[in-house]
Amino acid sequence: MYVAVKGGERAIENAHAWLAEERRGDMDIAELGIAQIREQLSLAVNRVMAEGSLYDPDLAALAIKQARGDLIEAIFLIRAYRTTLPRFGASEPVDTGAMTCDRRISATFKDLPGGQVLGPTFDYTHRLLDFKLAADGDVPEAPSREAAADSVPHVTEFLNHEGLIEEAPQEDTPPPDLTREPLETPAERALRLQALTRADEGFILGLAYSTQRGYARNHAFVGELRIGSVAVKMEIPELGFAVEIGEVTLTECETINQFKGSKTEPPQFTRGYGLVFGQTERKAISMALVDRALRWEELGEDNVGAPAQDAEFVLYHADNIQATGFLEHIKLPHYVDFQSELELVRKLRREAGVDQVQEAAE
Amino acid sequence: MKDTLDEQNPRQAWMSLIALAPEGRVAQLLDAAEERPAFKWLRPPEIGSTMVRGRAGATGAPFNLGEMTVTRCALTLDTGEVGHAYIQGRRKADAEAAALVDAMMQTALADKLRETVLEPIKAEMKQAKTTRAAKAAATKVEFFTMTRGED
Repeated sequence: MYVAVKGGERAIENAHAWLAEERRGDMDIAELGIAQIREQLSLAVNRVMAEGSLYDPDLAALAIKQARGDLIEAIFLIRAYRTTLPRFGASEPVDTGAMTCDRRISATFKDLPGGQVLGPTFDYTHRLLDFKLAADGDVPEAPSREAAADSVPHVTEFLNHEGLIEEAPQEDTPPPDLTREPLETPAERALRLQALTRADEGFILGLAYSTQRGYARNHAFVGELRIGSVAVKMEIPELGFAVEIGEVTLTECETINQFKGSKTEPPQFTRGYGLVFGQTERKAISMALVDRALRWEELGEDNVGAPAQDAEFVLYHADNIQATGFLEHIKLPHYVDFQSELELVRKLRREAGVDQVQEAAE
Repeated sequence: MKDTLDEQNPRQAWMSLIALAPEGRVAQLLDAAEERPAFKWLRPPEIGSTMVRGRAGATGAPFNLGEMTVTRCALTLDTGEVGHAYIQGRRKADAEAAALVDAMMQTALADKLRETVLEPIKAEMKQAKTTRAAKAAATKVEFFTMTRGED
């Protein structure tokens, strides 16, 4: 059946004009600047960079403004922009051991080299609304103390000395890239980690929580959580040597998990790993738990059928841009599809004699 | 700055330093120090991305963490020296200044530029890092053990 599909142009243009007006809101209220979003809504900016998979705070702030604060819409804008950029190359793997840490805590060792550094955290706040913030924005300068020049080694290194934890030996196989080749399962760990680090925070949080509640329980301790900046080093093709081209803030979480041992491995601790752009602590911890759950096969554990163990389920549903694209498309015109469904249902009803029965009843 | 920079070859060290400088700072110091020399573009400033990698478990196999924006350019001075820049962000004017400094550091102006551009940037960045590290240090937990009452 023919259904007219033209005629929406003016309505669409007017809708977008109204969107722009609503985005701006009450003109008597000062307009938000990109720099204000970048500086004062920095954790939203961080989430957009992590899930948009592009580190650029100004762009993420612009996307948040354009999306009226809808972070998934902002992530969508960043993903779309990213596809327009020529890729100059790949960095050397960042050295998180050399991170300049703003925060570094361990839930497993109280006294550790480099110490427990809380950093600018929400932890231990009372979660009471602070009405002073509604009044004025002046804050006193935070206290400082002379910093020791100690190195801040990874916690897992201590356990490695005793052989109590699985090692993560260095290797340099070039990793697969899901932005170049479609994601397929079975997916090796490098591919899973790429998918997890750009995955939707809420989805990964829910899965991680499910492992804590008993679905593929592997009892995770946060061996270490660190947030800070690392240098990004890239080999310059024209010069044949690597230079630091910039610096990114990252959140890294290493979990230490129980492991009873298998046919080939003695009982020892195993590890889950989370590494995410920006100060994104909830996401990094969640990523480490889900990474560990997905490693059941390589560690010789049982598949207990938990959602977090199912790589295909996790990886194919974790991307909020894919998910929202498919989900939201069903609100767009499906008139033709629906007409054919309508015809089909009418035909089936005729065949089942429903209409005659109804007519008889009338 | 990390000390490892000093262990690199000098060009790696100055290119890295310039790339990490705050927006506009290299151009500002360069223009205060020296007239910009004539040059031709080998590659005018271009915005693109670099895929940042991490390692599984911090030390294991590499994986792709996500991209970052990068601006690059290359130029040649009329005296023949070639300057390159690869710097984070979308900053064409900064890339131009960075490539100019890279080229000029290969000329007789090197000592002067080291003093007027590189050293101030190095000092400022060290100061910024120290300030931040001091705030972090103030949040370091000082554990003490309570003595129990029974003896």
